Amino acid sequence: MPIAAAPRALIDAASELILGKRSRIELALTCLIAGGHLLIEDVPGTGKTTLAHVLARLFGLDFRRVQFTSDLLPADILGVSVFERESGGFRFHPGPVFTQVLLADEVNRATPRTQSALLEAMEEHQVSVEGETRRLPDPFFVIATQNPASQIGTYPLPESQLDRFMMRLTMGYPDPAAERALLTGRDRRSLLEDLAPCADAAQLIRWRDEAQALHVADALIDYVQALIAHTRDGGRYRLGLSPRAGLALLAAARAHARVHERGHVLPEDVQAVLPAVALHRLPLIDPLPPDDAARMLLQAVALPL
Amino acid sequence: MMFRRPAKTAPDLPPLGAQRTGWLLAVAASALLPHADHLPGWLGAVTLLLFTWRLAQWKRGWPGASGWIRTLLIIAGCAGISLTFGRLFGREPGVALLALLLVLKLHELKSVRDGHTVVLLGYFMLLAAFTYSQTPAMAALLFAAMGVITAALIALTGPPAAPLALLRQSGWMLAQALPFMLVLFVLFPRVPGPLWGLPLDAHGARTGLSDSMEPGSISQLSQSGEIAFRARFDREAPPARDLYWRGPVLTEFDGRTWRQGTAARRTGGTPPHPVIGPRSGYEVTLEAHGKNWLFALETVAALPPGARVSDDWQVLSGDVVRNRRRDHFESVLAARPGIEEWSAHIDAARRLPRDGNPRARALAAELRRQSGSDAATVDALLRLFRREAFVYTLTPPLLPGADGIDAFLFDTRRGFCEHYAGAFVFLARAAGLPARVVTGYQGGERNSVDSFIVVRQSDAHAWAEVWLPAEGWRRVDPTAAILPSRVERGLADLAAGEPVPFVARADLGWLRDLRHRWEAANNAWNQWVLSYDQQRQRELLSRLGMAQPDWQTMTAWMAALCGVMAGALTLWALRRAPGRDALARAWAGLDRALAPAGLGRAAWEGPLDYAERVAAARPDLAADLRAACTLYADARYGGAPPAPAAREIRARSRALRRHRTPHRR
Repeated sequence: MPIAAAPRALIDAASELILGKRSRIELALTCLIAGGHLLIEDVPGTGKTTLAHVLARLFGLDFRRVQFTSDLLPADILGVSVFERESGGFRFHPGPVFTQVLLADEVNRATPRTQSALLEAMEEHQVSVEGETRRLPDPFFVIATQNPASQIGTYPLPESQLDRFMMRLTMGYPDPAAERALLTGRDRRSLLEDLAPCADAAQLIRWRDEAQALHVADALIDYVQALIAHTRDGGRYRLGLSPRAGLALLAAARAHARVHERGHVLPEDVQAVLPAVALHRLPLIDPLPPDDAARMLLQAVALPL
Repeated sequence: MMFRRPAKTAPDLPPLGAQRTGWLLAVAASALLPHADHLPGWLGAVTLLLFTWRLAQWKRGWPGASGWIRTLLIIAGCAGISLTFGRLFGREPGVALLALLLVLKLHELKSVRDGHTVVLLGYFMLLAAFTYSQTPAMAALLFAAMGVITAALIALTGPPAAPLALLRQSGWMLAQALPFMLVLFVLFPRVPGPLWGLPLDAHGARTGLSDSMEPGSISQLSQSGEIAFRARFDREAPPARDLYWRGPVLTEFDGRTWRQGTAARRTGGTPPHPVIGPRSGYEVTLEAHGKNWLFALETVAALPPGARVSDDWQVLSGDVVRNRRRDHFESVLAARPGIEEWSAHIDAARRLPRDGNPRARALAAELRRQSGSDAATVDALLRLFRREAFVYTLTPPLLPGADGIDAFLFDTRRGFCEHYAGAFVFLARAAGLPARVVTGYQGGERNSVDSFIVVRQSDAHAWAEVWLPAEGWRRVDPTAAILPSRVERGLADLAAGEPVPFVARADLGWLRDLRHRWEAANNAWNQWVLSYDQQRQRELLSRLGMAQPDWQTMTAWMAALCGVMAGALTLWALRRAPGRDALARAWAGLDRALAPAGLGRAAWEGPLDYAERVAAARPDLAADLRAACTLYADARYGGAPPAPAAREIRARSRALRRHRTPHRR
């Protein structure tokens, strides 16, 4: 199996399958390399699941999918201990969470209790079942999808839970050209099955470590601080960015710089990940369309010289 | 649950740490060290003890002095100081009290505020030390101490840092203060009077000539290498044998002690008789000696303003010489003044005690009979000293109180200049000639480094003057008759085995050279630093081209120069982080180059995004702009060296400025 030298190769490969969504793929990969979790929010049928599949496939990672429903219980995700007659003891049956890439589909359909079981596992990278702590595999990457909050029968994730996702993306409809290619091209599912991995878990971990070691200049920290300060006293947000959000922003910016093969982090890296990292944590006082909210945040803060 | 005693310090008074306490101990040590030689012995011991105690507390965690011990110590200390000095005010008791308070303050260091008190006291102690001594060595010591104290001040106010770093910072700050110090020193308007003099200084005992002479009084001085004064001649200096620096003239004799006569008490602002002949001009820098006489060469013809001269030609100042002073004199070296001397003075120079020294009187009468004339008698007397076996020595045997001159002339025949001068004048008077003893200094050593003539206490000398009707006062130096080299070369050629004063030894050439250099440095310090008075200031400023060196002009110049220096230092400090700010300036310059063409950067825009945006609109500018932006990004965010990047960005900006208006085709 050829190992891709650059993350760009993965993006190219994924773009052939998910048409017209190059920036989304890049961000999802950035999130993966940054070691965060991804929340994708959009109406059904826009390729959320495909994206998760493609990412897992390209790295050759274990992939599980859990369809969240209102009757899903924590044990359905984490696993249960079952008494076995032949051994005379309990044996733990790991749940779907014991995987490298977990697609939590329509996470807002489950009850808050089930949601929080997943979110705890995401945060801790480990699961405690019946008094025993089990580590999750590394890498462990959760892609949760969520339908827009307006749909009925949902339990929207509270803000504190949203904070645990490094990024939130919306897929959006494809543009006409992409739509046409999609309609005239081969079946996506068969394409996915033909997709050969071009990297492995070790490579992903290497990229992650390299991203964490990237040089961050004082001037960049100044910029990140200015951004955070603006959200806290800008007067437009009900809540400012948390310290965790600041850390996530910097980690994502590092990963973005790594994706672009740079030796250091630029303000452009911060700006590229900023909408995805920040907007779901920044409830606006006067709601705006996401693009406008992103522009407003970006353009409000000057680069420190 | 732990209960804690409420802290005694208020919350706004941050406590001292161990490192700062250590610095304060260093402050006390460096502030007390310059005072080590003049604190009373017992207080020095107490101070050292208290300091060592505090040091042990700091280093080994000994218990500190409790409040009542401190109270007791301060009461006992005040009592001791007032007993020692007889008072609690004034310089000496004041400094002693401050030293005590300083070490006691070390024992009650709680907050940073206490630390500031110690630092302030330390600075003040340094200032006080200057009132005791102003030598270059002391100045160097105090500068070093100032460095330590300033470092402590930085340690008190700043974040913790390594001691060496603090010292470096303090040295740096003091170095920055140096130009201001120089400007203020040169330009601060001087009031007439000394810079460091305190009235108390005058009461200190000083070595030097006195207004009376008895056997042994000058030979004592000869052991002192202390400098009496320095002289610099306007032109070539005369040979050492002609340099007779006239001091007190002693006319009255009571059989043992010579004293000044009435002629010394009659003074005027000009020489009593006109002095004719070629004049030598010279400047004398006289050390403080606690008497009111000045030293000029025989015979003085022109006085500095304010000085007076007595009827016996001694130059006097209006006041006791309490501080180093500098005067310009003119003298005629070959003059024989006083042909028309007042008879009262001539009579006084003939007077002898009624009895005593019969052998000397008989000898004088005999010589007088043989010689006939006055002049011949003088020669006969000199011959006597030359012929007989007189020995010049610094350690003459003791002479009896009565008939001392007889004993010297006929029995011991070993003596120093005062013996010879005294015996000569006695014999001359016994022979009927008016004569008197002149004390002063003879010769002096020319410093090869700065060509000042240095006259020391060891050059103290006594000689005689005889009044001859046709000539006036003739100088007769009987010592020269016995040991001519005494007036040629100073004391260095004394008989072997004599204890020659260390500073006067001739055989240690390298030592003398070293001493010359050291003394020249000292002298330069004296001339230009300590004696930089109103007059010197005016001279210097006129020479520098200041038309009217009055205090208004000086103040204006001072303010202007200080302002310029402060501005220069500020600019320099601003440039100190040359990379970062040069880079920011270059980056702003790029913006200025392109903004007029509507291609400016938005405040929030990253450098690479900006380059791409403009490159899309203006491909002709892309190459330069991309290069500049990449350089900036690498230097600002990538840790590349900023200075070359800034240079290159400036170059690219110039190119972009030239091409920002699109060519019309």
